[in-house]
Amino acid sequence: MPAPKTANKSKPLKSSVKSNSKEVNSKGLPLPKNILLNMHDLMVKSRVLEERLIKIYRTGESYFWIGGPGEEAWGVPLGMLAYKGQGLEHDFFHLHYRCTPTLIALGMDMKDSIRLMMNRVTDPSTGGRNFSNHYCFPKWNVAPVTSPIEVQYGIALGTAHAQKRHGGKGISIVSGGDAGTAEGDFATCLVWSSRKGNELPLLITVQNNRWGISTSFDGQHGETNIADRARAFNIRARVINGNDPIESYLAIQEEMEYIRKTGKPSFIEAKVSRLYGHSSASGANFITSEVDSLKNFEALLMKNKLISESQIKEVWQKYEEEGVKATEEARKEATPTSESIWDHIYYGNENADWRKF
Amino acid sequence: MANMAQAIRLALHYGEKHLDVKDVFGQDVGAPLGGVFTATQGLSTSWNAPLDERGIINMAMGIAMAGDRCVAEIQFCDYIFNTIDLLKIAGNTLWCTNGQYNLPMVVMTPVGAGIRGSVYHSHSFDAWASRLQGWKVVMPSTPLDAYGLLLAAIKDPNPVLFLKPKALMREKGEELIPGEPADEKELKAMIDAPIGDRSKWKAKWPELSEYIVPIGKGKITRSGEQVTVVSYGRHLLLCNKVADELKQEGYSVEVIDLRSIYPYDWQMIKTSVAKTGKLLVVNEDTEVTNFGEHLVYRAVEELFYQLLARPRVIAGKNVPGIGLHPNLEDATVPQLFEIKQAIVEMIHEAP
Ligand SMILES: Cc1ncc(C[n+]2csc(CCOP(=O)(O)OP(=O)(O)O)c2C)c(N)n1
Repeated sequence: MPAPKTANKSKPLKSSVKSNSKEVNSKGLPLPKNILLNMHDLMVKSRVLEERLIKIYRTGESYFWIGGPGEEAWGVPLGMLAYKGQGLEHDFFHLHYRCTPTLIALGMDMKDSIRLMMNRVTDPSTGGRNFSNHYCFPKWNVAPVTSPIEVQYGIALGTAHAQKRHGGKGISIVSGGDAGTAEGDFATCLVWSSRKGNELPLLITVQNNRWGISTSFDGQHGETNIADRARAFNIRARVINGNDPIESYLAIQEEMEYIRKTGKPSFIEAKVSRLYGHSSASGANFITSEVDSLKNFEALLMKNKLISESQIKEVWQKYEEEGVKATEEARKEATPTSESIWDHIYYGNENADWRKF
Repeated sequence: MANMAQAIRLALHYGEKHLDVKDVFGQDVGAPLGGVFTATQGLSTSWNAPLDERGIINMAMGIAMAGDRCVAEIQFCDYIFNTIDLLKIAGNTLWCTNGQYNLPMVVMTPVGAGIRGSVYHSHSFDAWASRLQGWKVVMPSTPLDAYGLLLAAIKDPNPVLFLKPKALMREKGEELIPGEPADEKELKAMIDAPIGDRSKWKAKWPELSEYIVPIGKGKITRSGEQVTVVSYGRHLLLCNKVADELKQEGYSVEVIDLRSIYPYDWQMIKTSVAKTGKLLVVNEDTEVTNFGEHLVYRAVEELFYQLLARPRVIAGKNVPGIGLHPNLEDATVPQLFEIKQAIVEMIHEAP
């Protein structure tokens, strides 16, 4: 449970569009202009933030970077469509370390990600205790991102179970990479979420970037699609192009509606890019052979005259400036003290130091 | 008197009725069996989990994260080892989130030898558990303590591991659980599931009251002057027995039931050892990097100049398993005669 408890009475945010909405864009795109531009704005913000984090690493102001540039077309719509808030009525997020786009769409301040990157005591996720992109925001039901691959697929069962008992519209959402699906917790997720009569309201997603550090998809997988494994458990499943924000948006919207309506799980495998490699350990350089979803989306928006090149530049500029300012501010903020290692071992800071028993 | 399995059942019933426990789950925990040691029979919130220990711990963590209370069971601690990284995460979640997410969850699991359980139904877990930072770890030796510790565990806002000494599950206590009928046949008729068809059976629960054994507090079960013996679980009862036998022979042995392995009642140990000058720790987990070694280390650190004998640990032999034949099991886990011999030796040891 989130501790300390803070009451949150806000109503779930319902998504404002339907895939068959009459508000379709005049140019024939299946989403209204405001959603498309909002999506673009958030994608740019997320990309600029990730590139900023890499710069912070390069200047020696952080020890390690790992993140999600290249996954914006998947992660941004996911965050936009969720019922955002705290508690069982709202959606729970069980994410991995490539989910900055989702956090940005939920409303995370750039500075809060930078504080995490720079291990400031002001970092709201971990107080300077953990790596970049290891977010935790109880106010939005964002469960802590932890390093051990795939455990989130099991933990998500518990929040989904509590939501099912509660009986509202909140669902749990879990995400991770393709290589991690070899772990037992992935099978756990499929088994426990699909038990007959005990199905759980869970959106199970895999972001398939075809790599696990240096291990290629073919080097690990015998199955054609990871989604096929879900089908064996009678879980509704689909494979989408996660580099297309419109396709992602519509698919996520449809699956969320299905889960909220039926209380049953659903599975999306999104094929995405890994634009800067695995992490700073592999250099964090831009990989030109990967599809850049943001560049493609911008070309589409321009082609449909929804935005001009100069307007796009302005969006980038706005977030570049915000990122620089946030870095300068975070740099001046305090770091965790040595004595604080004993804080928060037990709830309410009950003593956990055996020397003081 | 209730046995320990019944006491655990009563505590879980109290938990679901008064302490908001919403799920009691694990392998074969729900109807019709109600647990391989019958400790979860008749409960209204119990259910059978898939045969997946990681899933059980995962599920418990998620339920706790969502703010609900649950008690999860790992059928035998011998099968908890593939969940160890999840136990680590459950223990570090509050710390890693800088105080944002606490996980109030109880995991109970039967431990130890003593039922001729062979290699994979005889493991101990107390030494391993003492290395799971962020957890509290308790282990009762009597039904009343089982009741009181389990209620304390359920109420605690942190993850708590409740180790059940499996050889004591049928042992009866000497004190009534508050609300327990004095006639044990009456209790049995009320809360033990019948043999055969149970589909229509429902437990008739006595009106129980709350009774808490605070986590972190030990209990002096035998007062004495010449040596301090610290133990918990099944071996605590052996230590009591040895103390009683030695009393007949004119020796004076103080026995402490630690009850909580972490956090542990150092003040109780320290006061006692300061008085006796001698410390023996007894448990059945394997002897190398045993939890008892930590207590001995601390006694040496803090009480060195008051010690009148080398402090010692009697623990399980450092071998890969506990063999089925009694010759093998008895040579592996501490026996009554060894404890007695060590105590007498220590009493006669002079600096
Ligand atoms: C249990 C575990 N094993 C190994 C690692 C080290 N590790 C970190 S990321 C990673 C690869 C993950 O690949 P994938 O699941 O495809 O996700 P991606 O990083 O490609 O998004 C590995 C092996 C880990 N963090 N956890």
